[in-house]
Amino acid sequence: MSDIKITIIDRQGEAHNVDAPTDMNLNLMEVIRMHELAPEGTIGICGGMAMCASCQCYMLNLEHMLPEKAYEEEDMLDQAFFVQDNSRLSCQIPIREDLEGLEIKIAPVSE
Amino acid sequence: MIKTDILIIGAGPTGLFAVFEAGLLKLKCHLIDALPQPGGQCSEIYPKKPIYDIPGFPEVLAGDLVNNLMDQIKPFEPGFTLGERAENIEKLEDETFIVTTNKGTKHHAPVVVIAGGLGSFEPRKPPIPNIKNYEDKGVAYIIRDPEIYKDKRVVIAGGGDSALDWSIYLAGIAKEVSLVHRRKDFRGALDSVEKVEELSKIGKINLITDSEVVDLKGEGGLDAVVIRHKDEAVEEQVKEVDAFIPLFGLSPKLGPIADWGLEIEKNAIKVNNSYDYQTNIPGIYAIGDVNTYPGKLKLILCGFHEAAIMCQSAYQRIFPEKRYVMKYTTVSGIDGFDGTRKEAKREVVKSIN
Repeated sequence: MSDIKITIIDRQGEAHNVDAPTDMNLNLMEVIRMHELAPEGTIGICGGMAMCASCQCYMLNLEHMLPEKAYEEEDMLDQAFFVQDNSRLSCQIPIREDLEGLEIKIAPVSE
Repeated sequence: MIKTDILIIGAGPTGLFAVFEAGLLKLKCHLIDALPQPGGQCSEIYPKKPIYDIPGFPEVLAGDLVNNLMDQIKPFEPGFTLGERAENIEKLEDETFIVTTNKGTKHHAPVVVIAGGLGSFEPRKPPIPNIKNYEDKGVAYIIRDPEIYKDKRVVIAGGGDSALDWSIYLAGIAKEVSLVHRRKDFRGALDSVEKVEELSKIGKINLITDSEVVDLKGEGGLDAVVIRHKDEAVEEQVKEVDAFIPLFGLSPKLGPIADWGLEIEKNAIKVNNSYDYQTNIPGIYAIGDVNTYPGKLKLILCGFHEAAIMCQSAYQRIFPEKRYVMKYTTVSGIDGFDGTRKEAKREVVKSIN
């Protein structure tokens, strides 16, 4: 089993340095839920299909290492609120070994 | 007043399948859903997406699953109250319930089943601090009657299909239509994007891209919106308008059900999973994605299972004096309330001399 370390800043501004397994076919949204860093029902509502924007996060580093946004992700971010240039849907980011040291911040909940 | 045996709130796959299980026990169902069509998330969010974990279906499109379920429950003649949200519940002295929707439709049943999934789909509201003060006073998230915008100055915000389509439609009715979008790219159907471009060139739609509505102004009602432009010398523009319509899609909210006195944990309703998926209020059950218990999995197949178990308990509640014996559909067939009967073909016994 190989884990990487990721820093996740929750919606209250608290930073958590967590382990993220690379061998479980996980995405970043699932890692946030696994560590319960955002209440159920406020993140990953669509289950990870890029069909809602509840898992929006700001990428604080390693942005060049991330996969390109697919059509669906662009589409959802178009309709989302609090979007910044470094916004991504965390469900669209698979956990890979080269993301060691990734730092992200969970975007606010929208009404 | 609509009367039924089991009132189901939520017409997603779990709610629909509950109609089938109830039908086998000769119980009638009625469903309420805030969306205008049955199917819940399967129809609203991902009708064209394949699902791979429905037992017996190696692959099925979410929309097809809903169509199949509608076929499957047709003999049991379910009633539907669609496009209305269950708002209030009242327990009567005889332990039955009256559920009233936001439009005042009343439903009376001895058993209420919440199969509400993630909640009812509501329009997403942009984070403009004072927007609530202008709701129904110039700000609307849904266009119910486009005629009210006749000869009005309208600002629409959003970049998806509904923003494009309504801009096109209102361009023929309103005095002035502006479409504000955060980017230059629009992600609607190609036809709609081209039509908006065309109308913008001849001045019928005032296209304002790379911009956002950030503030609203007016005493008592909406007088103007404040539009912020990205990367421009003049950053903010105050635009006089009569109506502002933000169209940013729908998102699910647990909504009024959260105030029904049910035990809620992690945005879901706690149920007794060792027995019948009943909530802390006897006679109200919760099945599918809306409930929670130790080990809960939010899967369609788990919702189906919960629906079957719940119906047995609902039957006992409605007919406490009767004993029900579970039957297999392969053995007994299905007797619809519409008089139809489905059954296995009988083997013909004929001797050959």
